[in-house]
Amino acid sequence: MSDLNTAMVEKYRNSFLKEVEANVEEGEWVKMCMQCGVCSGSCPLGPYWEHPPQEIFMMIRAGERDEVLKSTSMWMCTSCYNCIVRCPRELPITHIMHGLAHYAERLGIAPRQNPTRKFALMFWDNLSKTGRVNEPVLGVGLYFMNGIKEGIRTALRMAPVGLGMLRTKRFNPFAFLFHRGCKGKKDIHKIIRKARELELAKAAKFGG
Amino acid sequence: MSDAVATSQSILVVGGGISGITAALEAAECGKQVVLVEKNPSIGGRVSQLYKYFPKLCYPSCGLEINLRRIRANRNLRLMTQTELVGLSGTPGDYTATLRIAPRYVNDNCTGCGACAEAVQAEFDDEYNYGMKKRKGAYLPFNMAYPPRYVLDPRILGTEDAERAKAACKYGAIDLDMQERTVDLHVGAVIWATGWRPYDAARIQPYGYDRFANVITSVEFERMMDPFGPTGGKLLRPSDGKPAKDVAFIQCAGSRDRNHLKHCSRICCMASLKQSTYLREQFGDEGRATIYYIDIRAIDRLEDFYARVKADENVRFVKSKVASITEDKQTGNVILNGVDTEGYHRYSNPHDLCVLAIGMEPSVDRSAFPVEVAVDQNGFIEAAPENGAIFAAGCSSDALDVNRSVQSATAAALRAIQVVNRVAGVEG
Ligand SMILES: Cc1cc2nc3c(=O)[nH]c(=O)nc-3n(C[C@H](O)[C@H](O)[C@H](O)COP(=O)(O)OP(=O)(O)OC[C@H]3O[C@@H](n4cnc5c(N)ncnc54)[C@H](O)[C@@H]3O)c2cc1C
Ligand code: SF4
Ligand code: SF4
Repeated sequence: MSDLNTAMVEKYRNSFLKEVEANVEEGEWVKMCMQCGVCSGSCPLGPYWEHPPQEIFMMIRAGERDEVLKSTSMWMCTSCYNCIVRCPRELPITHIMHGLAHYAERLGIAPRQNPTRKFALMFWDNLSKTGRVNEPVLGVGLYFMNGIKEGIRTALRMAPVGLGMLRTKRFNPFAFLFHRGCKGKKDIHKIIRKARELELAKAAKFGG
Repeated sequence: MSDAVATSQSILVVGGGISGITAALEAAECGKQVVLVEKNPSIGGRVSQLYKYFPKLCYPSCGLEINLRRIRANRNLRLMTQTELVGLSGTPGDYTATLRIAPRYVNDNCTGCGACAEAVQAEFDDEYNYGMKKRKGAYLPFNMAYPPRYVLDPRILGTEDAERAKAACKYGAIDLDMQERTVDLHVGAVIWATGWRPYDAARIQPYGYDRFANVITSVEFERMMDPFGPTGGKLLRPSDGKPAKDVAFIQCAGSRDRNHLKHCSRICCMASLKQSTYLREQFGDEGRATIYYIDIRAIDRLEDFYARVKADENVRFVKSKVASITEDKQTGNVILNGVDTEGYHRYSNPHDLCVLAIGMEPSVDRSAFPVEVAVDQNGFIEAAPENGAIFAAGCSSDALDVNRSVQSATAAALRAIQVVNRVAGVEG
């Protein structure tokens, strides 16, 4: 357990809902859910969720902290927005799902082997370093995410696509070595630092 | 025509549904002069389109009959059909109302024999049956229509049908030269009782009302039970005319939904509970109803009715707002997809027919009122001081059942009476 996780358990003891409201993006919407079930029935990946969004919202209110934060469920969200469009209460469900996943990650209790999580981390590291994604590195990283063998197999299978992209100048192989990033790299880092600060300040203000 | 009857001590009632009829009668029976205007050729409003009333399961025609008798017996009440209020100016106790009267093309001589309807050939969608049936270009709106006089559809004017109708009438009741008229009335107070309309079901895209024949609305389902209705009183599904023995009801179709109507329409839970009894009435043990709901809103004495329906093992309750409807092309069945709230089970249930318990919205849009009136966020007229002596009754004030509509109508009548009594006091 990370220190932050211990601290948060201590701070919010019996109110996981409060914790979510304070720390999760759009978390203050959770209490607005009326348990109609439209979101769960509308999700194209619905059958693969351990707990569909409607159930997640109920579990948050029931204080099932570990079950929610350690769940793979919210990592299933593909941001199709079907649920948001249909929710009769206009809950920003997609954002809450990403918010929960992100919060679990910050606490260090997200499911480690979850592929969406692994890719999200890879993407973030790649992006936040220079302010611009290094596509070849990210792409190849994705192929090799689950080991060398599968990586080689995927790379071979995708080779024609890569060559096609090369031909149409959609792909710059030199970026492997010389990735330029964006101009205001330092500013980007500052922005990210500031965002972190705000997040922590918001959490501190709520708990009380 | 001038305002011969009406004075500043008269009360104008706009809309001749159960609320308008009640308000008009209450005031008239208190000795007030009342003018009741209805835009359709007959009074009765939406309750005349219902098969039975919850919770007693009696026939609305019965209550209507009593009210018609009261109307006929009362000399203080003047009824004007095919009439709309197009302008209103003045202050409480002193309004001038401008009414536009559309021509009926049939005068008082009409005996209701129906010879004109037989002679006319053109047919149009029957409004009374929500377009599920056709009616002739000369017609009686429905069996209990009041006044019990035929009407010519203006669309047959100038065609041979108009002449056919005229020739067929033995009583000289067809008058093709009738013109639209506008009259001004002097009145002291106005009771607004223009009622409700069903929310446009096609806008609830995932339910496919506009795509699937076997997805219908609750008001249409109600029409099917009428022996003189589009299916001769049989519950038949539209795609192939097969008996609809296994029927799904979707609650809150368009209500309690920020994408549609924000409010709870209040009556649709009860309406579906009522309609589930139609299945047993028609098919006995073979009739099956499944009600998909968020929560069932049956309050006070209505709860007993809910308990009775729940005791019927052929009525199943699924706590879930249906996410989407698809169609089984082979059987024509509708398939309801969703996840329930009692265990989060995913389902895809086939049914013969799906009835959308459609929400209620005010029948007059805010922009269509002839005067500025204060309405709430859902478009229902508020009891606000700035509305002067304009008082809402029934479903123009809120989504209400008949019981509550009638209560609200009586309250509106009393407020109107207070205003005209004040005027009388001043005028002496
Ligand atoms: C499926 C369904 C089933 C229902 N079943 C029941 C039941 O079993 N029991 C029960 O208690 N309630 C039931 N209700 C509710 C019931 O229909 C309403 O409570 C009732 O119709 C309200 O009457 P109203 O007079 O306020 O409005 P309406 O019936 O809508 O009457 C309004 C009248 O005003 C007229 N009008 C409209 N605009 C104008 C205008 N501009 N100028 C002049 N006239 C105008 C209309 O033509 C109409 O005649 C049901 C509702 C639904 C949807
Ligand atoms: S659709 Fe909205 S209100 Fe319904 S269960 Fe999902 S989040 Fe809750
Ligand atoms: S009465 Fe029932 S079906 Fe109608 S809007 Fe309210 S809860 Fe929904």
